[in-house]
Amino acid sequence: MAIMLLCICVGSVNIPLEDTVTALWNSLWKMEIPASISRSIILNVRLPRVLNVALVGAALSLCGAAMQGLLRNPLADGSTLGVSSGASLGAVLALALGITIPGTTYGGTMLMAMLFAFLSLAAILGLAYALDRSLSTNSIILIGVIFSMFSSSVINLVISFAEDHIKSITFWTMGSLSGTNFGHTRILSITVLLCGGVILRYARELNAFAIGEDNARHIGVNVRRVKLIILITVSVLIGVCVSISGTISFVGLVMPHMARMITGPNHKRLLPSSMFSGAIFLLLADLVARTILRPIELSIGVVTSLVGAVAFVTIFYRTRKAR
Amino acid sequence: MEMLKGNHITVRYGDHTVVDDVSFSLREGQWLMLAGPNGAGKSTLIETISMGVPYTGAIELEGIDIRRYKPALLARKIGVLSQKNSVGYGYSVEEVVGLGRYAYTSSFLSSRDDDGREQVERSLALTGLTDLRKASVLTLSGGELQRTFLAQVFAQNPQVLILDEPANHLDLVYQRHIFSLIGEWLKQPGRAVMSVVHDLSLARRYGTHALLLNHGKCTAQGEINQVLTNENLRIVYDMDVYEWMQDMLAQWQ
Repeated sequence: MAIMLLCICVGSVNIPLEDTVTALWNSLWKMEIPASISRSIILNVRLPRVLNVALVGAALSLCGAAMQGLLRNPLADGSTLGVSSGASLGAVLALALGITIPGTTYGGTMLMAMLFAFLSLAAILGLAYALDRSLSTNSIILIGVIFSMFSSSVINLVISFAEDHIKSITFWTMGSLSGTNFGHTRILSITVLLCGGVILRYARELNAFAIGEDNARHIGVNVRRVKLIILITVSVLIGVCVSISGTISFVGLVMPHMARMITGPNHKRLLPSSMFSGAIFLLLADLVARTILRPIELSIGVVTSLVGAVAFVTIFYRTRKAR
Repeated sequence: MEMLKGNHITVRYGDHTVVDDVSFSLREGQWLMLAGPNGAGKSTLIETISMGVPYTGAIELEGIDIRRYKPALLARKIGVLSQKNSVGYGYSVEEVVGLGRYAYTSSFLSSRDDDGREQVERSLALTGLTDLRKASVLTLSGGELQRTFLAQVFAQNPQVLILDEPANHLDLVYQRHIFSLIGEWLKQPGRAVMSVVHDLSLARRYGTHALLLNHGKCTAQGEINQVLTNENLRIVYDMDVYEWMQDMLAQWQ
């Protein structure tokens, strides 16, 4: 909460904490907000953005934790399946071809990203199923990697033909939540609530998978069904996130590791703590992206990768040394 | 009472037949030892029962094809200890053993597992892991990890135990301990054990029945003393096993 408040206060225009609290409090109880306070910046720009950042951070980190458990692979995250690259391809196509929905800034991009996320999911699962009916971990990872590479090359192809849009495409693919509004908050919160609920419900099964897929089968887990449910849920969540924020790397890969260092590998604690740490991390990253080169705004993805990589190595090194 | 029955089981990897038309029967109170040289198909046969490999033929549990069981119901009846046990993340021993209760709490309707706690405690105590309950499985020795998974199978409280090399990684003390433990477990009515063993002395000491495999085919099966004879073993291992065992024993005299 404190970090969220800080993120609302600080930006290209700094707003005193007192004013922020007054504006939020008064609007919550539908009371008049004093004219001296920049109502529009607080309530229409910063608040939805901060909420969206927190939700995307929580979702990406949750997906990472679920995939690392399911595939028993510490290098997995929500993008391992390849759906996020598919969504990116959709968004890039929308930007390059100028597909828009009248009255919205990124409506067309978002819609195309979501559409492509679902198409990619269908294609990936179809391929995986055709290759190996048991949906083995190795086939899933392999197909995900191949599909991501394929999408990336098509994206590069599109970029080379769409020179006029390179800046907007680059900015979008690096990830940003600027310009998002309460409409996005609504979509994100419903998706996080539903998909997050499903993933949390399968915490025990994820523990079994993290111990080993054979072991999961021996203790009575319906391996194929659970795998399919988790993969689809993660893909939906990732698809929605990518369509709103672009691809933000690092959060889904690293935050679950940090959470695991604190709460241990048990998914009953790991999943909620990953969501929490993912949200906080992305809020701070967004704050840095907005303020470090004021008034220029960096892509949030650049910050997550730069700051996150250094922070992770430091923490990892210290933990290892302390042992 | 016949508990587990395999009818004409065949497993093929491409053109290579690993298990070739093997049938078996496991009755209440029996401990069926699967023996044979490396690559004979013992572990693969075990894998078919835990549905880890595709196979032709049928395996029946209490007269019903195991493929028709729901996974959780099957896990309440058959407990499997696999040969390849490793854990990806640093779970505690207690957490791994506790997962053995999954089949009893897998749905919302059966989320209460009153016996669970007690069952986990007993399994930890039986396998000598009570003091290690909070330890991370990543820090365990091979033998301790093997005991952890054995405790998980015990916590699962099945009627049929399927064990692939249960003595793997265990020192002599724990080999004796674990085999006696399984022997005691088997004395309860409505239980049976099927296990892969390489140590033929252990097989003779604890098994009631044996199935001798060679190149995927069943060479002999029946009561342990009639199967593990010097003639049969000579065919399968291509050496005089009896003479070798005598020679080993003579080292102590």
